[in-house]
Amino acid sequence: MRPEDILVPTPSGVCCKPGGFHIDPTRPVAKALITHGHSDHARAGHGAVLATQETLDIMRLRYGDGFAGTTQAVRYGETLELNGVRVSFHPAGHVLGSAQILVEKDGMRLVASGDYKDVPDPTCAPFETVQCDVFITEATFGLPVFRHHDAAGEIDKLLHSVALFPERAHLVGAYSLGKAQRVMAMLRGAGYCKPIYLHGAMEKITRYYESRGIDLGTIELVRGAKKSELAGTITICPPSAMGDLWSRRFPDPVAAFASGWMRVRARARQRGITLPLVISDHADWDGLTATIASTGASEVWVTHGQEDALVHWSRAKGLKARPLDIVGYGDEEEADVVAEASEGLSIPSPLAGEGQGGGYDTNSDSNNSPPGRGERTRSEADE
Amino acid sequence: MNRFAELLDLLSYEPGRNNKLRLIADYLRHTEDPDRGWALAALTGTLSFQDAKAGMVRALITERTDPVLFDLSYDYVGDLSETVALMWPASPLPVGERSTPRASGEGVTVQNSLIEPPSPGALARADLSAPGNGCNDPPPTLTTVVETLSTLGKAQLPAQIARWLDTLDETGRWALLKLVTGGLRIGVSARLAKTAAASLGDKAPDEIEILWPGLAPPYLDLFAWLEGRGDKPSSRDPAPFRPPMLAHAVDDTDFAALVAGDYMAEWKWDGIRVQAVSGCDEHGDVVARLYSRTGEDISKSFPDLLESLRLPAAIDGELLIMRENRVQSFNVLQQRLNRKAVTPKLCAEFPAHLRAYDLLAEGDDDLRDLPFAERRKRLEAFIATLNDPRVDLSPLVPFATWRELTAARADPASAGAGADAEAVEGVMLKRRDAAYVPGRPKGPWWKWKRDPMIIDAVLMYAQRGHGKRSSYYSDYTFGVWTKGDNGDELVPVGKAYFGFSDDELLQIDRFVRRNTIDRFGPVREVTHEASQGLVLEVAFEGLQRSTRHKSGIAMRFPRISRLRWDKPPGEADRLETLEKMLSKIEAGRAA
Repeated sequence: MRPEDILVPTPSGVCCKPGGFHIDPTRPVAKALITHGHSDHARAGHGAVLATQETLDIMRLRYGDGFAGTTQAVRYGETLELNGVRVSFHPAGHVLGSAQILVEKDGMRLVASGDYKDVPDPTCAPFETVQCDVFITEATFGLPVFRHHDAAGEIDKLLHSVALFPERAHLVGAYSLGKAQRVMAMLRGAGYCKPIYLHGAMEKITRYYESRGIDLGTIELVRGAKKSELAGTITICPPSAMGDLWSRRFPDPVAAFASGWMRVRARARQRGITLPLVISDHADWDGLTATIASTGASEVWVTHGQEDALVHWSRAKGLKARPLDIVGYGDEEEADVVAEASEGLSIPSPLAGEGQGGGYDTNSDSNNSPPGRGERTRSEADE
Repeated sequence: MNRFAELLDLLSYEPGRNNKLRLIADYLRHTEDPDRGWALAALTGTLSFQDAKAGMVRALITERTDPVLFDLSYDYVGDLSETVALMWPASPLPVGERSTPRASGEGVTVQNSLIEPPSPGALARADLSAPGNGCNDPPPTLTTVVETLSTLGKAQLPAQIARWLDTLDETGRWALLKLVTGGLRIGVSARLAKTAAASLGDKAPDEIEILWPGLAPPYLDLFAWLEGRGDKPSSRDPAPFRPPMLAHAVDDTDFAALVAGDYMAEWKWDGIRVQAVSGCDEHGDVVARLYSRTGEDISKSFPDLLESLRLPAAIDGELLIMRENRVQSFNVLQQRLNRKAVTPKLCAEFPAHLRAYDLLAEGDDDLRDLPFAERRKRLEAFIATLNDPRVDLSPLVPFATWRELTAARADPASAGAGADAEAVEGVMLKRRDAAYVPGRPKGPWWKWKRDPMIIDAVLMYAQRGHGKRSSYYSDYTFGVWTKGDNGDELVPVGKAYFGFSDDELLQIDRFVRRNTIDRFGPVREVTHEASQGLVLEVAFEGLQRSTRHKSGIAMRFPRISRLRWDKPPGEADRLETLEKMLSKIEAGRAA
């Protein structure tokens, strides 16, 4: 039996023909197993969805009650049988509820890891290594220049900047699901106990994290806060909001961005970031290579990101390796523009004084329209 | 080194001058001697040691990484130092092996086993908590790096740099490579670094400028003085900088209160304001220096001019490029400024010239308290004595009434500037009885620039600004009409990001957001048709031919002078108008 007889890579995701299901399909299918709630992996409109309770809850928050025909929650480690194919979900350490999916048939084990990271994160269950024959890995940061180090050091850098510029507001761009809550939890872990301000688009998902027992301390919404109150504070917002009219309510904001991409200087500069924070929810190069080795897999399939380098590395290690050309993964960011327009109603202007500047076309900068040609590369939109 | 690396890292992202000052001052305040002194030396460009070459850095990484992975990485990152800093193997040798060559006191030899990234598993993860990256040695201090580099032989350089890279983290490695390959290029001028240092003791930056030539890194005496622990370092410099006197721009309404007879006038030259100082050191040797108006020592860039400063004096004047007795345009001067290496060929092609307009000191005499008319006489006599073709006198512009001066300013060529009129950007007015006062006192000196050239152009693209302007579309690319394949089309002729008021910025920003037709990252293309769009009145100081621009023309110092909401874009200027202006300028030059 070949692995391809169990899982077939198709342009719209990995399909298990004998089991009658897809994993993280990018188009509607009859039965979908979903690794985690980021919208490039978890889409609405499938007939039946099997996922962890958290992933199902997150999909419901994002898409509403009718996001799938039927749903079934599965616990980490629990084994189900689908048409003679055994499947189980194991923590991936990426975001709350994220899972790797182990698929077994006739003694052959394949793991679809979705997105994962192998470093501590106070907001989700830690990554578990699952022994397998074929390991399907992401490669978002699949180049040896991506080494992410200890995220706590980056939080220290943020706090040092807040201390140095007490009259300015710090805006931390972070993806709404996962990164935002992780940054808040790490700030608390570092002893920061002042209120953390939040962009309205992140409220629902953050409240959900809290409802799952993750303590994030006092959180205030930016909406309604006076400009002067925001001096010396930290605000978490979607990255797209930082260049937006929305950011004008802050006193001389420092633009920070928590992302693995911040490891490369040009990436930070292109976005006008002055305080890059290298905090990633994806495994870095060392994490990817260490994980591949520790699964014991003899074959590696690389789904999205910098496939070339990881395939090269795996082959040099004597492993069978191939890139999968799945279209549509890696656009979490583009999906991350939830209801920003609702935040932009009354826009104070830092130049003309507060209270002016209302009446702008608040929808015009919310990135809901398709990205401009050329500029936005696939990997840029990747986290 | 790590703290210095952090500072460079933060500075490299920070666009705002005041925030850069804060970052540098914070570093200097919280860093020990002598590290902070060496950092100040690095930031002010005072450090000198043998640079490492890019080829050497590349060789180091080639020995340690898979060439395919390196190529993929370099291709992605696009910068050699940064790629090497990021992919330098965290732990190049297994712990057992690496200690052997260390213990024997010899350099680490390169072994074939270096070709791998760290082996997967526990070892690769072990370095996460340790900033030292799995290497037992502590990272070097900045002092160690600087002192070692200044004594190290060329042959030992690669091994030493490799050892340091082993002990530093990514940011540390990046900073080290920037330091050793010469030129930090993080947008911090020497002046800015000195201003930050001055803020430690609430001193004026000029006080440090004056002391600077007499100081040497790591500046222990300077910091002691700034922190109130020691006396002010004395300046025994034979060729010190003196803070310059600056002029206010004169407004039409100012003239009512000014009496023509109180003032003398000179041409305002379109060059670089400099101070040329020479004096004798304790051995009786002549020390000559050229300073920028902010006090930066720019002597190294103009060795050809330095030779002419033989007599002890301090001259205030304009640095120009002179060919066949003709002052060249600022554009020509810029071509000399932009070169890294000052070669004899460059000096021959772009000969530096000093046009003198004031004398601040002669021999041991400080002349600054004398009235301008007196200083002018001393200057004329001095220039005559010096008798050097590279140093001449900026002529006075004779006038009896403001009307006469207005005429001279409008037509410098017939008012005495002759063939050099193209390099005249206006006139300077100086009170006959005014002493030379540092700073910008109001009244004694006025500058009266020529009227700028003006065209109406159409806004085509807008880009978001930085810092306080980061949410505003504040950089504008504008174009004029020209005949294209399908009738008239706009061709971009320039870019401007100032000249407008805060209110106007809000208006343009609003226009941009409402009229976007395409987006390219931070840039938006806006509607620009004959019937729809925004006309900008653009003022500029000059024109030159350019192969870099599609229009073939580049503007000097363009800025937005007015918003023409009233004007339909179809009525904006055409490229032919600019070409006519340019031809006129060129004809004037040839005459």
